Amino acid sequence: MIEAFATRYSYVLFAALLVLGLYMVVTSSNLVKKVVGLNLFQTGIFLFFVTTAFVDGGRSPVVPAEAGPGEVFASPLGQVIVLTAIVVGVALTAVALALIVRIYDEYGTLDEETLREVRTDE
Amino acid sequence: MSSLVETGLALLVVVPMVGATLPLALSLVRDQVGWATATVVLAVEAALAARVAYALVLEGGRVVHVLGGETFGRTNREVGGESTEGFAVGIELVGDALSGLVVALVAGVALGVLAFARRGGPRTNAFYSGYLLLTGGLMGVALTGDLFNLFVFLEISGLATYALVASGRSPTSAVAALKYLVLGTTGASMYLVGVGYLFLRTGALNMVDVSRTLAGSVDLPGLEGALYGDPLVVAAFGFVAVGLATKAALFPLHTWQPDAYAEAPDTVTVYISALASTAAAYALARVTWFVFTPAFFDFGPANRRVLEFLLALATVSVLVGSALAAMQPRIKRMLAYSSVAQFGLIVIGIGVAVHPAAGEQATRFAVYGVGIHLVGHAVIKSGLFATAAALAADTGARRVQEYAGLARRRPFLAGGMATLAFGLVGVPPTVGFLGKWYIALAAVEARHWPLVAVVFLSTVLSLLYVARVLERLYFSGSPETATESSGEIAGSPGETGDAVAADGGDGTDGVVATGGASTGMVALALTAAVLTVGLGFTGAELSTALDPVVEAVTDAAPSTEVSR
Repeated sequence: MIEAFATRYSYVLFAALLVLGLYMVVTSSNLVKKVVGLNLFQTGIFLFFVTTAFVDGGRSPVVPAEAGPGEVFASPLGQVIVLTAIVVGVALTAVALALIVRIYDEYGTLDEETLREVRTDE
Repeated sequence: MSSLVETGLALLVVVPMVGATLPLALSLVRDQVGWATATVVLAVEAALAARVAYALVLEGGRVVHVLGGETFGRTNREVGGESTEGFAVGIELVGDALSGLVVALVAGVALGVLAFARRGGPRTNAFYSGYLLLTGGLMGVALTGDLFNLFVFLEISGLATYALVASGRSPTSAVAALKYLVLGTTGASMYLVGVGYLFLRTGALNMVDVSRTLAGSVDLPGLEGALYGDPLVVAAFGFVAVGLATKAALFPLHTWQPDAYAEAPDTVTVYISALASTAAAYALARVTWFVFTPAFFDFGPANRRVLEFLLALATVSVLVGSALAAMQPRIKRMLAYSSVAQFGLIVIGIGVAVHPAAGEQATRFAVYGVGIHLVGHAVIKSGLFATAAALAADTGARRVQEYAGLARRRPFLAGGMATLAFGLVGVPPTVGFLGKWYIALAAVEARHWPLVAVVFLSTVLSLLYVARVLERLYFSGSPETATESSGEIAGSPGETGDAVAADGGDGTDGVVATGGASTGMVALALTAAVLTVGLGFTGAELSTALDPVVEAVTDAAPSTEVSR
């Protein structure tokens, strides 16, 4: 158990970020904090992909035709996926914040509970 | 199979995506050109989709388009003493009968809803950019053969949907869109975690390659036999299923959906009710059937339990969705909750197709059921939302209460709504009957009796909320609307020929500012009603067209005896 924490710490961090992010999304009543939680959640996933793409002693993935059998190459796919996923994440955050700005303009609050009260009053 | 079809796969995604830039670019020149631009782009798209769908669905076969030219694709090389085993490099777009159906559906709905949007929708150019982007994203979901690419397309269509939902004037639509965004993103991220697990274990993202590797039918170092029992792979299915179930709005994960459907502008509701959840359910079917394959679920108790859990989720979804729908006073919310129930039914079909207890016959019926009900539900539900929106624009009625006696004043819209509602319940000869019938047959063949009970119960339950509306429409007087009498002229039963025009043109009730339902709205609503019945007669053709998919699902089950 302890060994796993010591050697696989980035996987542990991945799980922690995932759960923390999700917890924030579920429990926080502040809309901006929800989006922050969502970002944490996604960052956890990025970390996971980057971690899997790291190969100890792996060479860059330019494979010569006569490569020896024992050589280890790192797959570049993990990094590429994360780059794409980061772009997607940024776009999502931008849309989310734009929506939050509009909600704040209309209701003057960022708090979900207050928002619910305001809306039932209408 | 011509090269046009092969190129067409890529063009189907590219045309609306590139087209999406046009309305924004043209708004530098003048305003309100969005609708015209979108119509041109989507007309091209629909023609293309018709050609591709014809080749995929009616001629059968599987078409693959490798993006990026000759550098990419499947090759067999020796690298470092190991064979590459024909693994795909790059991203493939894959078309088969199932994706052909979805392609035709997306293109048809996108073009059809434009007729509604002419008068009904937001008119800004930006709206139509989002609209085209969404169409492109959905096409991508339907056609991609790559797991990560599927995530990207899900997010593209998701982003466009959030923007479209928020395009309403009322601030409540922004709140609904944000809720949708948070849940939708969480769902898509869950899916990404699942894909990550699969990628970690198989080293591949291409659906075919992942499937082959999972089955253990490739010769890779460190791979002995099937990977189906690997906890990582089972967890991957769990994440993928939960993620896509969120997007398809299954019961405990559905909370975004009624808000988004009810608060979005009518045009957007018609569009996303037909396609947003459909795309997610289609993705779930594709991944479950072709990546994990029936052999995965037959492997061990854990695998089976995951599937049973998904089926339980779907069952609860059917029951609770129907019950909640019956309790809603507002039409749009009622229809939204009914989608929760209907997608429960579709997921039941998806699950039964790969259930260990299902023989070939059960799989066959389940595939038919899922394919037909995906398309059928999309037509019916968007038709119902269009009818409801047209009625609301005409008479201001947005609650079930206010529907009292509307049938006399708007006979054609009411008739359309009745037809569509019967389709939703599953009365023959509508397409809704076909889908439900096949899913029920599949459950019977698989001898999964609780599911059989749920499928039949779902029909009774859907009557519960549908009957409420029809009773109001046809059999109750109009105490609340008695003061508005001008509609009576348009709605007298004697007029047959020009009553459609009267339905559309006569907007004198004065309740709403939009000025009544346009001809386009009424036309869309009635077309959907006609299609609901018309498609019901094409059951034989549709099921024959889906036969290759059935074979692919059953063949995808490699003999587990060998790989174990």
